[in-house]
Amino acid sequence: MSGKEHTSFLRRPLITKERTYGEITNDVLNSIEGGPTNTWYILFAIAVLTLIVGLVVVGYQLRTGIGVWGLNKTIGWSWDITNFVFWVGIGHAGTFISAILLLFRQKWRTSINRAAEAMTLIAVCCAGIYPVIHMGRPWLAHWVFPYPNTRAIWLNFRSPLLWDVFAISTYLTVSAVFWYIGLIPDFGTLRDRAVTPLRKKIYGMLSFGWDGSHRTWHRYEILCLILAGLAAPLVVSVHTIVSMDFATSVIPGWHTTIFPPYFVIGAVFSGFAMVSSLLIITRKAMKFEHFITVAHIEAMCKVIILTGMLVGFAYATEFFIAWYGGNEYERYTFINRATGPYAWAYWTMVSCNVIWPQLLWIKAIRTNLTLVFIITVIVNIGMWFERFVIITTSLHRDFLPSSWAMYSPTWVEICTFIGSFGLFFTLFLLFIRFLPAIAVSEVKSVYKFARNKDHN
Amino acid sequence: MDKKVQGEFVIGVFDDEEKLVKAGTLVKRDNFHIQDFFTPFPVHGLDELLDIKRSRLPFVTFVAGGMGLILALAFQVWTSAVDWPINVGGKPMLSIPAFIPITFELMVLCGALTTVAAFLFRAKLFPGQIPVTIDRRQLDDQFLIVIPSGEKNAELEKLLRDNGAVKVEKQMAGGRNE
Repeated sequence: MSGKEHTSFLRRPLITKERTYGEITNDVLNSIEGGPTNTWYILFAIAVLTLIVGLVVVGYQLRTGIGVWGLNKTIGWSWDITNFVFWVGIGHAGTFISAILLLFRQKWRTSINRAAEAMTLIAVCCAGIYPVIHMGRPWLAHWVFPYPNTRAIWLNFRSPLLWDVFAISTYLTVSAVFWYIGLIPDFGTLRDRAVTPLRKKIYGMLSFGWDGSHRTWHRYEILCLILAGLAAPLVVSVHTIVSMDFATSVIPGWHTTIFPPYFVIGAVFSGFAMVSSLLIITRKAMKFEHFITVAHIEAMCKVIILTGMLVGFAYATEFFIAWYGGNEYERYTFINRATGPYAWAYWTMVSCNVIWPQLLWIKAIRTNLTLVFIITVIVNIGMWFERFVIITTSLHRDFLPSSWAMYSPTWVEICTFIGSFGLFFTLFLLFIRFLPAIAVSEVKSVYKFARNKDHN
Repeated sequence: MDKKVQGEFVIGVFDDEEKLVKAGTLVKRDNFHIQDFFTPFPVHGLDELLDIKRSRLPFVTFVAGGMGLILALAFQVWTSAVDWPINVGGKPMLSIPAFIPITFELMVLCGALTTVAAFLFRAKLFPGQIPVTIDRRQLDDQFLIVIPSGEKNAELEKLLRDNGAVKVEKQMAGGRNE
């Protein structure tokens, strides 16, 4: 790769520094071949401590029973299911980036898809904890799978809760396989660079004997397209089915046909916000500024504006239909959301999700990464409140006023939530420590985008 | 199952994929048989030089997805309406629309996993497989063309050198049999 480089006048290169292919390999892989930094150790220690808090509290509620939660007869679903939907939603960005943006041939995805998909897998694992605890007897969790059993009955396949089991486990499996397939060529690179026999052995096993033969690359590219084609509808189906947990019930505020698209858009919204927050830190800590550029963050901000406005549109539609539909219970539920005792949660949701992201229209703001970081955190707070509002406020004023109740979480529920963040960051830190956080082979293939070279 | 190609090979090493494609095209034009290319990332324009036919993986996906769809639907119908029908809220035993989400998920699951398995099998990739490592940097920044050694080696080596090969050498390893 000798010769003078020219960059296009029309488009910006995706990788902003002039690099040789060898330098790209070094930039990404040196960080995992060298030892971790002190900052990494400090962050990892905090994450593990938080995780331990979570584990202790989960142990406590398993031993005592979920009566330690703040639920009551009226409000049977609240904090736990809110957190479940929150994490599943965050888990939507990764496969959206790696599958749907692959089908749309969006080359900028190559710098961020690996980390985003790792985040997806981790977020889905965090989500999975909640329904299992909610079962009350998690040691019977295998009852959700259909197998011939001594209880002599099959599952109720008409139940959306069971659809959820299949949707989320399929999503997790297919996303994990897709992610691993993407990692294989990079494991090959790591193996060929390995200096210690142990490392060579481990990466050799993980790389499945990858050698970069063109006959394999040809099939590999077709495989990636097929997996993207299969994963794309899967992204949409998961949150659709999660929304059906609510939409197929008869509770006013839940029983609406808008739920599937509304949930999917909200999930992409929160997922992109989480990816942006994480990558703003990762690019700095790992010195990936020339791979994950301001332009990448800007592109994600544009997705956040679009999906944020769609979420706002869904809020408005819900309200309009609640009035226009003429059902007095439905109407009351929505008036209660906006003006009742949980109005503070409702308006937190609206301002965080609809108003604050509008700032991203201004280029100076969406290229200022500190401000983008703050806005994306605000979006995730807003999206957490969206799930809380939908779940809790629809339940807390039952049909009979004698059943009306309020909900507040106990320390057990709060600590479980904090613990899930511990799990999330522990796994994410392990990921950036041991695996290439940027898809090396894919980044090389887009390096020449908007660049030209004199061949003398 | 794994048979390495036997014999001696001329290896042309390039440091840029565009030079590789250009040299490969000229090598092919001069009627040399190209055994394989080894590149750090997929380089487009090499399929024709190797006379690769389009992969049949999509067909595998279609059949496996179809099997998943039929099995999932049949299993739900059998368990809910035939083997042990249970009345849930007065819904019909044979509630096909309610079976669609799981049918869809299992179709995707079967399609995806079978396609990946077929890919790994066909490409002979598995834990413990010995890679064909000709150059330690073939997955880093070197682009390799592999041509079986023959009578016209001198001509071939000159062609590769003239078209930007940074190194031309002879080796015994040359890839896997298809």
